[in-house]
Amino acid sequence: MSAGQPPLDSPEIRRLTPVLGPGHSFASVTDKISSIVLTRPTSLGWFVGFGIAFSLMGLMTIAIGWLIIKGTGIWGINIPIGWGFAIVNFVWWIGIGHAGTLISAILFLLNQKWRTSINRFAEAMTLFAVACAGIFPLIHTGRPWMAFYMFPYPSTMGLWPQFRSPLIWDVFAVSTYGTVSLLFWFVGLIPDLATLRDRSKTKAKQIIYGMLAMGWRGSAHHWHNYQSAYLLLAGLATPLVLSVHTVVSFDFAIAIVPGWHTTIFPPYFVAGAIYSGFAMVLTIAIPLRKAYALEDFITMRHLDNMAKVMLATGLIVAYGYFFEFFMSLYSGNKFDVFLVRQRFHGPYAPFYYALILCNILTPQLLWFYKMRHNVVVLFLMSIVVNIGMWLERFVIVVISLTRDFMPSAWGRYTPTFWDWATFIGTIGMFVTLIFLFVRVLPAISIAEMRELVAETSEENK
Amino acid sequence: MEHHSHIYGVMGEFGTPEQLIHAARKVRESGYRHVDAYAPFPVEGLSEALRLHRSWVPLITLLGGLAGGLGGFGLQYWAAAITYPLNIGGRPLNSWPAFIPVTFELTILGASLSAVLGMLALNRLPQPHHPVFNVPRFTHASTDRFFICIQARDKKFHLAETARFLQGLDAHHVSEVSDD
Repeated sequence: MSAGQPPLDSPEIRRLTPVLGPGHSFASVTDKISSIVLTRPTSLGWFVGFGIAFSLMGLMTIAIGWLIIKGTGIWGINIPIGWGFAIVNFVWWIGIGHAGTLISAILFLLNQKWRTSINRFAEAMTLFAVACAGIFPLIHTGRPWMAFYMFPYPSTMGLWPQFRSPLIWDVFAVSTYGTVSLLFWFVGLIPDLATLRDRSKTKAKQIIYGMLAMGWRGSAHHWHNYQSAYLLLAGLATPLVLSVHTVVSFDFAIAIVPGWHTTIFPPYFVAGAIYSGFAMVLTIAIPLRKAYALEDFITMRHLDNMAKVMLATGLIVAYGYFFEFFMSLYSGNKFDVFLVRQRFHGPYAPFYYALILCNILTPQLLWFYKMRHNVVVLFLMSIVVNIGMWLERFVIVVISLTRDFMPSAWGRYTPTFWDWATFIGTIGMFVTLIFLFVRVLPAISIAEMRELVAETSEENK
Repeated sequence: MEHHSHIYGVMGEFGTPEQLIHAARKVRESGYRHVDAYAPFPVEGLSEALRLHRSWVPLITLLGGLAGGLGGFGLQYWAAAITYPLNIGGRPLNSWPAFIPVTFELTILGASLSAVLGMLALNRLPQPHHPVFNVPRFTHASTDRFFICIQARDKKFHLAETARFLQGLDAHHVSEVSDD
């Protein structure tokens, strides 16, 4: 490379795009973030967005209500396709949650400063995604009021769950994941709740935030134990997040169905989860920073880094697809070979090609600096990846189940209106929760931003 | 030494984390024991300056994790091998590899719950009221101000002298903290 102009992506240039906009003090970051919750009037746009999302959530409630009245016959599932949208959507949502934990735990352990302004809403996204995911296994049982059978409790019938089944592992993995994500999120919130308590002007807000802050006063003794607990939680959440999608992949990999019974599933599911999760973080972050003018806190550096993580995990996913394909052919197992041919030429082949387009081909644009710094492209890209990852789960579930060993057991699967209503309804629930969250809780960690101010001011000295 | 039953302590306010650390070190060096500092974010080096002993949270977390893991495995063993044995083609009842995922998840769950509950218990939270909240300027402790409070129960505590001592450390707004 010739001397003179440094390349666009050189370290010199990157240093110019800091993780925090210039000129911020402890008070200014506190003011800016807490004012979104405390003093800023609720905009018309918020009400419109919330209204749409809440209506879709209403659709979900109706769909679930009808399901409970009529049973799972209202869905498109049949024999042999007993797993339809419910499992596709469950895996999709759970995967989306993974990026939140990755950002809050793994990037914390790796001491990545750019995590600071995105970890709070990414964790909230995790919680809401897990909530959406949790609905599906519950309702797909057909008799959700019997779901407690899956938990170990001393029943009068003397029955116990089958602990050798991946479906029970799933119950433990997902409920632990939900609980630990909630704990992590809440522990991170405590100092900020104290800030909101101290800055609230009305009695009601003071009482509500005060109760939630539990009397936090930021004493050195508090911080001492707090930091220790936070670090430990990060260390515990890291193996947990890797285990959750591993266990989810066991739901498939432990079965002998062609296309499912492979050892590459756990790592490639985890990579796919982080891939889709980062896409969802971008989908949320880009409108959020625009709507609340948070460009100083969620800078281009953040978006650029997230795009890079997306590209990297996307390549791991592509590698997974390739090896799935290669191992099926290499194994010489005629059922596996047949399944690969079905993916390319079978009735659901368009889904497979769309999946390759969304998940492997389009994200290659992220190699280019200009694309990573174009907010509109990034936003569209994040949507494309979300669609692609949903298609991946559809391909895995539906193609394998419609084409297993015996031609007499082959079938077709077509989702019904109620399948779509439930799925779109959970998206509505997710967006509803995000809207409520940005309105009542600080979407960026105020205490950690103050810490970042202290660190960056030290560096500038 | 004098005793004020209605006084919790004396509090000094500082503008920067550096001043806080400096003051905390001086307060400890001059022999005060019952001291606490307040900051809007974890200030690096503050625990060392106040000579806080090591946190108990890691030990509590370890114990919680062990309890979760052993309890989790024990639960599965008891359910699958003792109280509800299913003979499936003569396979071993204690099929421990199949019990690993749940054991692992419950280890994490036990450790995380005890880390958080242990942290809250060690910090004596929830505690809705505390005397330091009586200081009007203390609301800034959660924004951009730093405080040191020397408590009245300290043997060396003397209302006027301690206040003067804090002023000598460049604290502004030295105020007494009432107990009620």
